[in-house]
Amino acid sequence: MTLAGAPALDVRITDSTLRDGSHAMSHQFSEEQVRVTVHALDAAGVQVIEVSHGDGLGGSSFNYGFSRQSDIDLVSAAVDEANRARIAVLLIPGIGTADDLKRAHDVGASVARIATHCTEADVAIQHFGAARSLGMETVGFLMLSHRASPEELARQGRIMVDAGAQCVYVVDSAGALMLSDAQERIAALVAEFRGEAEVGFHGHQNLSLGIANSVLAYQSGAKQIDGALCALGAGAGNAPTEVLVAVFERLGVVTGVEPQAALAAAEDVVRPYIPRLPSMDRASIVQGYAGVYSSFLRHAERASARYGVPAHEILQRVGEAGYVGGQEDMIIDIAIELSKELHDDPESHRARTA
Amino acid sequence: MSKVPAAIVGSGNIATDLLAKLQRSEYVEVVYMVGIDPKSDGLARAREQGIETSAEGVDWLFDRPKRPQIVFEATSAKAHLANAPRYAAAGIQAVDLTPAMVGPLVCPPVNLVQHLDSPNISMITCGGQATIPIVSAVSRVVPVAYAEIIASIASRSAGPGTRANIDEFTKTTSLAVATVGGATRGKAIIILNPVEPPMIMRDTVFCTVPDDADQDAIAASVFEMVDTVKGYVPGYALRADPQFDGPREEWAGQGRVAVFLEVRGTGDYLPPYAGNLDIMTAAAASVGERLARSRALAAS
Repeated sequence: MTLAGAPALDVRITDSTLRDGSHAMSHQFSEEQVRVTVHALDAAGVQVIEVSHGDGLGGSSFNYGFSRQSDIDLVSAAVDEANRARIAVLLIPGIGTADDLKRAHDVGASVARIATHCTEADVAIQHFGAARSLGMETVGFLMLSHRASPEELARQGRIMVDAGAQCVYVVDSAGALMLSDAQERIAALVAEFRGEAEVGFHGHQNLSLGIANSVLAYQSGAKQIDGALCALGAGAGNAPTEVLVAVFERLGVVTGVEPQAALAAAEDVVRPYIPRLPSMDRASIVQGYAGVYSSFLRHAERASARYGVPAHEILQRVGEAGYVGGQEDMIIDIAIELSKELHDDPESHRARTA
Repeated sequence: MSKVPAAIVGSGNIATDLLAKLQRSEYVEVVYMVGIDPKSDGLARAREQGIETSAEGVDWLFDRPKRPQIVFEATSAKAHLANAPRYAAAGIQAVDLTPAMVGPLVCPPVNLVQHLDSPNISMITCGGQATIPIVSAVSRVVPVAYAEIIASIASRSAGPGTRANIDEFTKTTSLAVATVGGATRGKAIIILNPVEPPMIMRDTVFCTVPDDADQDAIAASVFEMVDTVKGYVPGYALRADPQFDGPREEWAGQGRVAVFLEVRGTGDYLPPYAGNLDIMTAAAASVGERLARSRALAAS
């Protein structure tokens, strides 16, 4: 029991509507949308709300899409709006820097979520150090976790914990983890950390397993789970926060979030401003199936329109090439290549994609 | 005409690859290589090639009766910050392959001629060497309000120094994309990719271009620059013709040109996928060559 007499949480929900959802909004969140979303999440009892460009602080760019409003302004508005919830930011080393983290901290962000590809944790050592010295809570994010074995993932998680991470997430960026894959990875991290740090899970819906994997992650020892209202996120979207809360409630797992309030936040606050809900369409299912970074979806759609080649073929080839989060430029490169093949040598193109 | 004596400080991958390139130089003669590890493979290789080596650090270099005229620093930014004043005091011109940024930032085809007499030359970063020529090729035709570069490198080619200092890469490269490349604002992104077999270094350059820009002139300038860089980095190539997109509101009403590059290493010491390391050593070797030629001509 906590001092206030409220029951201790079994699992802490971090809502990423205003970060992962930024992909689905083409990074066009307005301050007003941020304010109403934070207000609703905060009132529902969500304790941590992530606000950043989809590709993290400093993500506003040609490569990932320019933000309508700066990260720092949106973080500042979120901090202002929240009464109880704490505001988290995402930082991907190589895209943003520790300077960006400091600026976010200056306007009140208190949780630093630092993400690397699942085999490259050591590029984040300096950023965990910076976050801790700012007094921020730290979370490590191992993206595209399906690309590393549970053992390798545990080694990478250890690098983050030794660098100062207080929790490390198995991040299923492609929505590609098959049930037991998620369980084994969570269990490997829990065993490696032995209570020194918590373990979290971030699921996507590309193969419709976001909720199921989140429940299995909890049962395997995860203490932090990500969601997004209305599944607003990259690819086919994230594990929906309102569904996570309802499912955990039915399982008797305490999240501290009021289910009716979460449903209202999704239905009445977020849904009205979403131009296009994420869905399990052909391209996003291919992402889960081929293990492709979910954020590539909208970029593949744009390249598809620009170069007249199918988005799902672009994504399939991105998967074959093994491109990782951040390599959005390679989507254009592949679209150009596909377009050349289609025009110059349709025979070999058919053979390659058959 | 005798060659100009030079030293390489550092004995790791970069230093060893640089030595292989400088051994082909017409004007530079590497006479010393200095490391700090007696068991270093780099020092052993250098000795086999008849180069005088030491594992006792730079003090040894200053004690040589025959001083080098040029030193190539392939250690760390911290080490170069300590060594740079000593090279300067001894009248040794330094070509700095670390991100220390002591001297002017130099990309050979863009601004080397302005800095031939500088006591210290900073080689920026690998991503900078790969992309700044293209930014410059665009900015010499039209004003570039904003340039952005993305460097993707194989995980295996990113050593502990790069990994521990990734912010220094992004900050130094961003600065140089603007100040050397000629853009008003610059941004740099680096991505490490662990795929096997390792991916060849890839670089993408995005520049804003005005609505009425002469696309043919920009493309011609880019092709010419790629040929120039190919002169010292043989594996430097365009993946496709420059791609032009019309103006958009979210680009502040500007259009955009995108240039997709591949940098395949020559495989002197490092494998061909490590184009990021190759372009750094090749650029440094070409700077050394140019500096030494000036000195040799002045002396003759």
